[in-house]
Amino acid sequence: MSSVISVQNLNHYFGKGQVRKQALFDINLDINTGEIIIMTGPSGSGKTTLLTLVGGLRSAQEGSLQVLGRELCGANEKQLTEARRHNGYIFQAHNLHGSLTVVQNVRMGLEVQPKIPPAEMIDRAKKMLEAVGLGNRINYYPDDLSGGQKQRVAIARALVGQPKIVLADEPTAALDKKSGRDVVELMQKLAKEQGCTILLVTHDNRILDIADRIIYMEDGHLISDDSVNALAIAGDGARG
Amino acid sequence: MIGFINELRRRTPLGWLQLSRHRSRLLVALSGIAFADVLMFMQLGFQNALYDSNTRLNRAILADIVLMSPQARNSQSLSTFSRRRLYQASDIQGVKSADAMYINTVSWKNPQTRKKTIVQVIAFNTEQPALDIPEVNAQLNKIQLPDTFLFDKGARGDYQQVFDKIEAGGEVTTEIDKRTISISGLFQLGASFGADGTIISSDENFLRLFPKRQAGSVNLGLIYTEPGADSSQVATALKAYLPDDVKVLTREEFIKFEEDYWKSGSPIGFIFGLGVTMGFIVGVIIVYQVLSTDVNAHIKEYATFKAMGYHNSYLLGVIFEEAIILAVLGFIPGFVVPLGLYNLARNATNLPIYMTLARAVMVLSLTAIMCVISGAIATGKLQSADPADMF
Ligand SMILES: Nc1ncnc2c1ncn2[C@@H]1O[C@H](COP(=O)(O)OP(=O)(O)OP(=O)(O)O)[C@@H](O)[C@H]1O
Ligand SMILES: [Mg+2]
Repeated sequence: MSSVISVQNLNHYFGKGQVRKQALFDINLDINTGEIIIMTGPSGSGKTTLLTLVGGLRSAQEGSLQVLGRELCGANEKQLTEARRHNGYIFQAHNLHGSLTVVQNVRMGLEVQPKIPPAEMIDRAKKMLEAVGLGNRINYYPDDLSGGQKQRVAIARALVGQPKIVLADEPTAALDKKSGRDVVELMQKLAKEQGCTILLVTHDNRILDIADRIIYMEDGHLISDDSVNALAIAGDGARG
Repeated sequence: MIGFINELRRRTPLGWLQLSRHRSRLLVALSGIAFADVLMFMQLGFQNALYDSNTRLNRAILADIVLMSPQARNSQSLSTFSRRRLYQASDIQGVKSADAMYINTVSWKNPQTRKKTIVQVIAFNTEQPALDIPEVNAQLNKIQLPDTFLFDKGARGDYQQVFDKIEAGGEVTTEIDKRTISISGLFQLGASFGADGTIISSDENFLRLFPKRQAGSVNLGLIYTEPGADSSQVATALKAYLPDDVKVLTREEFIKFEEDYWKSGSPIGFIFGLGVTMGFIVGVIIVYQVLSTDVNAHIKEYATFKAMGYHNSYLLGVIFEEAIILAVLGFIPGFVVPLGLYNLARNATNLPIYMTLARAVMVLSLTAIMCVISGAIATGKLQSADPADMF
C-alpha cells in the first residue's frame, strides 16, 4: 500500500529566542491509504500540533512532512492553502456558519473546489446530508440543531468534497456518549465508502475500537504504535 | 467577464447572508449610512445653492464684457471706478455701447411688517435692457418714473400681501433712508446669502436714493459688442487700451469671478466642504463599526473557511461585498430623505436648493468609497482568523 502521509524526523517549535519551546521531537510516521489512525495521549503532548501540521494549518519547520506526495515542510502560505483543499478537517467544535443554512454550510465544502457547477454543488450537498441522516433538515440554521446534529453537518461539510484525508481533532468531545459513538461510526462508514484515510485525535477510550492502528503521543514524542496497541488491547482485556 | 459572472453565480452570497441574518444590526448600519448621506446631501445642496444664488445676478447680465474696479471682491462689494472709462471703451472697435450699472445693498423697511432688512439695489440706464429677466424688460417704462422700483418675487421674508397688492395692479410704498419709494412691479430673481431680496430701478432713481454717490463713479460697466464681434478679442483690446484702474472681464469670466470668490475667497466654501468631510467621516466610522463587529462575530467561521482551503482574498471579498451592499442599501434612504429636506429648505429660505443627478452620483460614489475604506480597515481584523491557533 502507498502511504498518503509520510513524516520523517519532524521537529516543531513554538516561540522564538528565549521562549522558544520544542513541541514535537523527531516524529516519524507513515500512514497508508484507507487506514483509520487514532492518536491519543495526555493533554499538551502535541497531538493538535501534529494534526495541524499534517492538515497544512501551520507550516512545518524542520524535517520532512509529505502529504499526498507533496512536501509541506517549507511550503508557503499559498501552497498550504491549496493543500488544505485535499483534507476534510473536523474540529472539536462544529464551527458551522450561523448565517448559513445546513445545506449552504455543506455547499461551502464544495465551493472551495474550482469548477463544480452550482447545480451539482447543491445536489451533492443534499446527498451528503441524507447520508448523515439530516436529509429532512437541510434548510435549518445550525442554531436549531442539537450538538450531535451539528457535528454531523460538520462531517458532511468535511466529506462532501471527497477528500483523500480526514483529520479530526476530538470530534466527540462536545457530545454525549451515544451521539459521540454515532458520529464516529458515521465517519468510519463514510470514509470506508469513499476510501479515504482518517487521522483522529481523541481522549475517548470508548471509540478506540474503530481504529486500524492507534498511536500514542507523550511530551512531543511519538511512542511506537505496536506497543501502544498492545497496551490498548491489554487495557481492553483488563476492562472486559 | 463571462468567467467572472459564472464565478459569481457559483459563489455563496456570504456577505449578504451575514448581513440579512442580523436584521437589527443591518438596520442600524443602514440608518447610519443614510444619516451620513443626508448630511453630505444637505451640505452639498446648500453649497450649490450658495454658488447659484450668488452668481444669479452675474448670469442675468446681458452685457458681453463687464468692466469693474480691481478692488471688487464680489458683486456685493464691487467698489467703483470712473465713468470716463466707459466713454474710452467706446473708442475700441467692436464695442457697440457701454453703459453703467449701479449696485448697492441698503436696508429698507419691509412694507408689510415694517421691519428692516437688507436688500440689493440694482440700477441701470433703462434705454436698453441690461438683464436677462423678462419681467424687468417688460416694465422698463415703470422704473423710468421717479422713485419707482421693481421688487423680487423670490425675496426671502413676509411679502405675500405686497405681492398680492402689486399683482392686482396696485402700488406699495416704503422707506429707504427716510426717502419714500414706491414698488410698482415684480420680477423673479431669488434671494441670495448676502441679500434677502433685490429691487431694480433706473440709474436716476439710484442716484436719488444715494445722493452721496456721484454719477461719475460706477460699479459695473456693461459693454455690448457689435454683432459678429468676438468678445474675447474685444476684451483683449480693451485691456490693452484702458488704464489699470479698471478690470475687463468677459461674461464667462465675470460669472467665474463671482463663483471663485464664494468658493475660495470666502470661508463659506470651506465650511460646507468641512460639513461634507464630517458626514463622510461619520459614515466611515459607522460602517467600520458595523463591519468590524461582523468580522469579530464570525472570526471562528472565517478561520474554519481558511482551514477548508479558502484564500484570504475570499474573506476580503466577503467584507467588501458587505461594504458595497451597505453603501447601496444605505444610499436609498440617504437619497430619499434629502428630497423632502430640500423642499423644506427651499420653502423656508427661497434659495435654489434642488437635487441634481450629478450630486446624487457624487454622493453615491462617496458612499461607496466610504464603505470600501471602512471595509479596508475592518479587514485588518481578519489577521486573527488563524485556523492553527483558533482550535
Ligand atoms: N500557539 C502556541 N504557542 C505556543 N505554544 C503552543 C501553541 N500551541 C501549543 N503550544 C504548546 O505545545 C504543546 C503541545 O500542544 P498541543 O495543543 O499540540 O497539545 P494536545 O496534545 O493537543 O493537548 P490537548 O489534548 O489538551 O488538546 C503544549 O505544551 C502547548 O502548550
Ligand atoms: Mg489538542
